[in-house]
Amino acid sequence: MGTLVEEIFSRKAGREVHAGEILLVDVDTIMSHDNTTPLAIKAFREIGKPIFDKNKIVIHFDHAYPAPNLLAAEAQKKGLDFMKEQGITQFFHQGVCHQVMIEEGFITPGAIVIGADSHSNTYGALGAFGAGFGSTEIGVAWVTGKCWFSVPQTIRIELSGVTQPGVFAKDVMIFIAGKLGMDGGTYRSIEFGGDYIDRLPIHERIVLSNMSTEIGAKCGLIAADEVTLDYLKVETRAQGSYEQIHPVHPQYEKIIAIDVSTIEPQVACHPDVDNAKALREVEGLAVDEVYIGTCTNARYEDLEIVAGILQGKTVHPHTRVIVTPASAKIYKKALQSGLIEILMDAGCTVTGTGCGACIGRHGGVLAPGERALTTMNRNFIGRMGSPLSEIYLASPASAAAAALTGKITDPRPYLA
Amino acid sequence: MGKAWTFGENMNTDEIIPGRFNITIDPLELAKNVFCEVKPDYAARVKPDDVVVGGQNFGCGSSREHAPVAIKGSQAKCVIAASYARIFFRNAINIGLPILECPAAAADITEGDEVEVDLATGKIHNLTNGHVYQARPLPAFVMKIAEAGGIVNFLKNHDVQELMA
Repeated sequence: MGTLVEEIFSRKAGREVHAGEILLVDVDTIMSHDNTTPLAIKAFREIGKPIFDKNKIVIHFDHAYPAPNLLAAEAQKKGLDFMKEQGITQFFHQGVCHQVMIEEGFITPGAIVIGADSHSNTYGALGAFGAGFGSTEIGVAWVTGKCWFSVPQTIRIELSGVTQPGVFAKDVMIFIAGKLGMDGGTYRSIEFGGDYIDRLPIHERIVLSNMSTEIGAKCGLIAADEVTLDYLKVETRAQGSYEQIHPVHPQYEKIIAIDVSTIEPQVACHPDVDNAKALREVEGLAVDEVYIGTCTNARYEDLEIVAGILQGKTVHPHTRVIVTPASAKIYKKALQSGLIEILMDAGCTVTGTGCGACIGRHGGVLAPGERALTTMNRNFIGRMGSPLSEIYLASPASAAAAALTGKITDPRPYLA
Repeated sequence: MGKAWTFGENMNTDEIIPGRFNITIDPLELAKNVFCEVKPDYAARVKPDDVVVGGQNFGCGSSREHAPVAIKGSQAKCVIAASYARIFFRNAINIGLPILECPAAAADITEGDEVEVDLATGKIHNLTNGHVYQARPLPAFVMKIAEAGGIVNFLKNHDVQELMA
């Protein structure tokens, strides 16, 4: 009996658990990437004990891959040497870690997955518990196979209604961030539900769980349903049968009801994710770069929306438009269907997969005084390069509209 | 006794140490750029026993452990904040950066105040204005990690199950 997060932890603990309890539980998968693995290796070496189960360990190179400079190259070589030494074979380097984790079937309903990346909350979209941790804890979990958790209180976000044309999960989530604030979900499990969620495809559910991080949440969960199970079967390597875990007589700390039909296209303005505004309030603001990528919004359906808007047109001559598909699987599908050709013909720079420009080290770094409109999840000062640059967050459709005009633009007239 | 360096609400990990500097894990290297976006003189002028004072939700954003490592590397004695973001809290405890949660101190201490902190008792004395604040005690099992100097040191001498004992 309990909220979704309590139900998930109760299954792991083998007894009914409730918010506030502190548990030490076996984790199913331990994820880290090129940026966070070096410190995990350091912790592992200092502990000086063997790996508990290497089949639980998954390592990705995505943050700055292929290495854009010597320091990154040296760090990655150390990571590779470590994997060879320890016989770790679950290594991926063809996409953003969170997308690849889903595609490779590590994310299944009820699984407990810890990741050395704050956006590990993404996994909640498939009914898994996913949360971000620091590297040291990843090194600890390599040795113990376990992690301690304080079972969180839950804020239920009940989303009802049908969105207006041109409004996507990204707009809904920016709206939610504006309403709750950057610490509105701190230490909490955010449980998304309601008839809007019931109808929402997985690539859009992922946006909500992914960005639950931006309101401080420990996890952002959506109960697995038939949509989830179909997606796992068709789009991922997870081919088992999985329980649809649901909340049972849940006690929520708070329930927030939002009618999504009232939401118009949103923008999270520089420099905080909760600085949310209706797009029309900032329409006309010039942008030097449009970046379509990241674990938030660079899936096939996102590229399809962008290509639909850019088809047969040319991006603004003074705006760099960069598209970084989230994974090789997505990239290949977009190549085969012709989306990549449309994007290139429109003047976009299509890069290899990975985190790209999101972390300010390669793939679209911003100069002082430049402004970007991006499909990312985070717009902190200096994140994409110069601390004197500005980052605005929006949906792929809004990003594509800005790519054409060189300024923040309502996407609705551009959507067929 | 040290000097207080004050920071605002929602200090995020990019402001503590921007991503472009996270290509090293060396605490002293990271410390050279800690807080560079928001307080460029901090890195050069901070002294041992100085304290970092933040508002609500200190350390929000990325899971990067580079953030508490950079603060620890800067030789600051501890962080005092009104509240902490979840991952930063765990990271700081795990790597042995002392952190105190004390909304009263966070609200009252101003830049440059002379502050004395007793980490064992959580008592914070502001010598500039004479005020004394009491930080919230850490949960008992978190204290076990903190007292060992971090989770790595704890595991060198204990089984992980002993955390819950």
